[in-house]
This record gives sequence, structure tokens and C-alpha cells, in this order.
Amino acid sequence: MRQAAFRSYAFHIAVIAALFLLQYVLPAYHIGTFTRIMVYAVLAIGYNILFGYTGLMSLGHAMFFAAGAYGAGLSVYWLGFGPIAALLAGVASAFVVSLLAGIVVLRVSGVAFLIVTLMLAQAAFLATLYFNTITLGDQGIVLSLRPIEMAGLSFALSDPSVKYNVALAAFAFALLFSLWLLRSPFGRILIAVRENEARTKLLGYNTFLYRFWALVISGTLSGLSGALYCLLFAYVGASFASLQYSTLPLLYTLLGGTGVTLGPLAGTAIMYYLIDISSSFTSSYMIIVGAALLVITLWFPEGIGGWVRRFLRRKPA
Amino acid sequence: MLELTRISSAYGAVEVLKEISFTLAAGEILGVMGRNGAGKTTILKTIMGLIPKRRGSLKIAAEEISHLPPHAVPARGIAYVPQGRRLFSELTVAENLRMGLLVNNAPQSDAEPVLDLFPILRERLAQAAGTLSGGEQQMLAVARALCTKPKVLLLDEPSEGLFPAVTHRILDTVAQLRQSGVAILLVEQQVKSALRICDRILLIENGVIQHEAKASELAANPVPLERYIGVHR
Repeated sequence: MRQAAFRSYAFHIAVIAALFLLQYVLPAYHIGTFTRIMVYAVLAIGYNILFGYTGLMSLGHAMFFAAGAYGAGLSVYWLGFGPIAALLAGVASAFVVSLLAGIVVLRVSGVAFLIVTLMLAQAAFLATLYFNTITLGDQGIVLSLRPIEMAGLSFALSDPSVKYNVALAAFAFALLFSLWLLRSPFGRILIAVRENEARTKLLGYNTFLYRFWALVISGTLSGLSGALYCLLFAYVGASFASLQYSTLPLLYTLLGGTGVTLGPLAGTAIMYYLIDISSSFTSSYMIIVGAALLVITLWFPEGIGGWVRRFLRRKPA
Repeated sequence: MLELTRISSAYGAVEVLKEISFTLAAGEILGVMGRNGAGKTTILKTIMGLIPKRRGSLKIAAEEISHLPPHAVPARGIAYVPQGRRLFSELTVAENLRMGLLVNNAPQSDAEPVLDLFPILRERLAQAAGTLSGGEQQMLAVARALCTKPKVLLLDEPSEGLFPAVTHRILDTVAQLRQSGVAILLVEQQVKSALRICDRILLIENGVIQHEAKASELAANPVPLERYIGVHR
């Protein structure tokens, strides 16, 4: 068992190391693309904890992403915070929003949970427009950030290399955290809740509390992604709270494979490049994306990650 | 150990259990038998808090538990093996057992005495529970319940869908728990299996206990069985 855990951590660390080395071989354009992919992958990792491990499908993660983005962005714009303090403010803001949302949305499950999370996220989206004296509404806020001062060195977040490595650090943290969580007793109980909540409850587990903390962890990681996106690309606007930011992590997770730790990275990377490449051919690129999703749903229902995992575990005949 | 006093419970407006009273002592195996729809499973679900009681008292070791939510009942020492096993089919045998241990933060080593009772599970530890045979799944369901170290074990039709020989092997193992003081409430349709291991039998009809007797008495005089279940052993 211990050997399996070692192999699993070693494999994930190797993926992180490969991403680190990638910046020395990729052209500048793709370094920028991979920076975005890693930031979105943090959002998808957060989503995967709730959907993939716990079995709760949400359409409200835009609210947590926006809570992180606005928590960071507004603290820079109105309070003059530096990047690290703003990042912490963003994460704290997403944590608080997740706590409050959890108390409301976990009173229901299944389709009702999907609808309630969607409604709450739409309310949050409208709030970003309504309180436009603070958020500057649709127009959003372009941030001017101080460099990060660390050990006598200065790192400007406008530098593509700094952006890439900050995104990588956050992604590495989220990935290893999700792996640790999945392997922990807490993670095993989340999977039991996904498999059969009634049975888990009858074994003596307060499943509401497990679902609640899964939602809080998921929302806070999504907020980390939002705060990072805002700080690395120096902008926050109402679009961050739009439905798109709720559907994207769902698609990334489905594509990459639900309940697979590396699924969110695979799903995000494939979907991002699919949109990027198809949009250079046609403005109706969503048709191509839709067709690709149809193929994956029909032939790879476990997602790419799930399919690869099954293939690797297949015993030789 | 377990004491039900004039317990009534209902599905909506329909009262299914009507003033049921019985006690279950440590180390005793009490069988509950009756026709389909008689209220056998409802007794177990009421004890677990899945169906709220309307009236009466439900105590374990003199503590009233009828007000507790279902997830708090196992902490009082009651384990429930429902009909149809209900395992976590994607988790391995070891992980299913771990689910029983984690609820009390018990170490992995606490599964050893349970695995001694069901040695076949030791060979299947890394196998997904959903790929086990029906008999092995039933053994795992009982083993997982035992990992919670219960004082009272509720078993709902463990023989369902199994060969009689497999059922006997499982129930004989369960009967060994008597020695460690575990009280067992067994809902069973198979008359032979129930008479084989139970100390006492309750015969239920329309949510009411119609007859109570020692298993040995029913074995000698099966008239009540014919009357309330409609079968001869």
C-alpha cells in the first residue's frame, strides 16, 4: 500500500517537473497558453473534488472563482494590497463565500443542487453588476500591481516567466493537495458518499458535514484560481462571475475524467487547445467543440484520464 | 441491551408498526419472521432512525435513542447490514472494511479478528467489492459492520439470493459472535436458517407481534409458523 502511495506521488511530481521544464522548450505564445491552462486547471481540480470525488454536480463555481478574483482585485484597487496579500484576501473571500453557500445549497441534492447552485451563482453575477460603484460592473478593473519582493529580489507579475512559475506553483500545490486528500481517510469517505450516501450515513458518518467540507475545499480552490487569474492577468470584471465559468470546469472535469487527479489538467489542456485551434478556422468554433465533446461522451464516457487509467491497469492476456 | 417498548412507526399516514415491544439481551440471537410486508424490515429501519417512530421508546443500554438522526445511531453501538448488501462496489474489500474502522478512528489492525472470521476476505483485500461473488459480498457486508465493534448487529435477510450452503456458512459464523456478547436481531425468510441459529423468534403479521417463542419450541411445534408464515419447515 505504501509503495503504491510512493509511486502515485512520484508520478504526480514527475508531471509537475515536466511542466517546469516545458517553459524552456515552448515558444513564448504557448508559455502564455500553458500559464492560463494551469490556472484553469486549479479551478477544475477544485471542481473535481466536489463532482469527481463527492458526486455533487454544481453549476455555481463561477461564484467561487469570482469571489477569489474580486477578493484579490478589489483589495489591490481599493486597499492598495500587494500581490501576496491580495492572493490571500482572494482565497479568504472564496472560503467565506463557500462556507455561506454550503449552508444553503447542501440542503438539497441531485438536480435540485444543480439548480440551486446555478441560481446562487447568477445572483452573485447580478450582484457584481448591481454594486458597480465598487466593482465597476461590466467594464471591470484593470489593475496595476506592485512587484513581489522576496529575499531581496523583485518579481514583476507582468513577466511571462514569473507568471508561468507562479501558476505552476499554485497548480502543484492544488494537485498534490488533491492527491493527498483523495488518499486520506476524509477522501475515502467522500468517495463512499458519492457511491452510496445512505449507506455511508448508516455506517455512522455525518454525510452532511463531509459534503459541506468538500464544497468548502472545492470553492476555496476555485477561489484560488480566480485570485491567481486576476493577479496574473491584472484584470477583474463581471464576466468572471458569468455562467461560462461554471460550465467550463464541468467540461474540463468531464473531458479529463471525473475522480482522476490528473484529469482536470488533461481536460483543461485539451479543451483550451481545441477552442484555440478551432477558433482560428471559424467563428463558429463551438460547433467543433460540441462535436468533440459528443465523441468523448459516446466513446470515452470516463473521460481521457479514466480511459488512460483503465488502459494502464489492464492485465496482459 | 436493546429494548423496544410500544414502538409505532409509519410511512406517511400508513402505520406499519403497531406498538411493538421486545428486548434483546447481550449474546442473544433474536429472529424476526413474517410474510412479505409484515413489517420486519421496518423494525430495523425504525431502530436505525430511518423511519421516525410515532410513539414508544427505543433504548440501548438504557439510553433512549429514538430521537437520534440515522448517522448518530451507529455511535451508540448498533450496526446495520441492510437487505441487498449495499457495499461500496468501486472500493476494494480493504477500503470497505476501512470505512467501518474509520468511523471510530480504529487502526487497521482492528480488522484482523474480523478477517479471522471470514478468511476468504483476506485473499480478496485488493479486489473491488463489486466483483465479489454474492456470498463473499454478504460476508464483506457483515465484516464491515463488525469493524464498527457493535453491541447490537441488525441483519436484514442475509440469505437473500444465496445458496443454502453459503447462507449456513455465513450464519454459523455470525452465531459465533454470541460468545463475544454481540446481540443479533436477524430478519430472515428462510425458516430453516433462522431456526438453526436463533435463540428466540418473533412472528410478525401486519406490524404486530403475533407470537413469540424459543426457536427450539417452534422447531418441535411448527403450527405458529404455518399460521403466520404459511410454510412448514
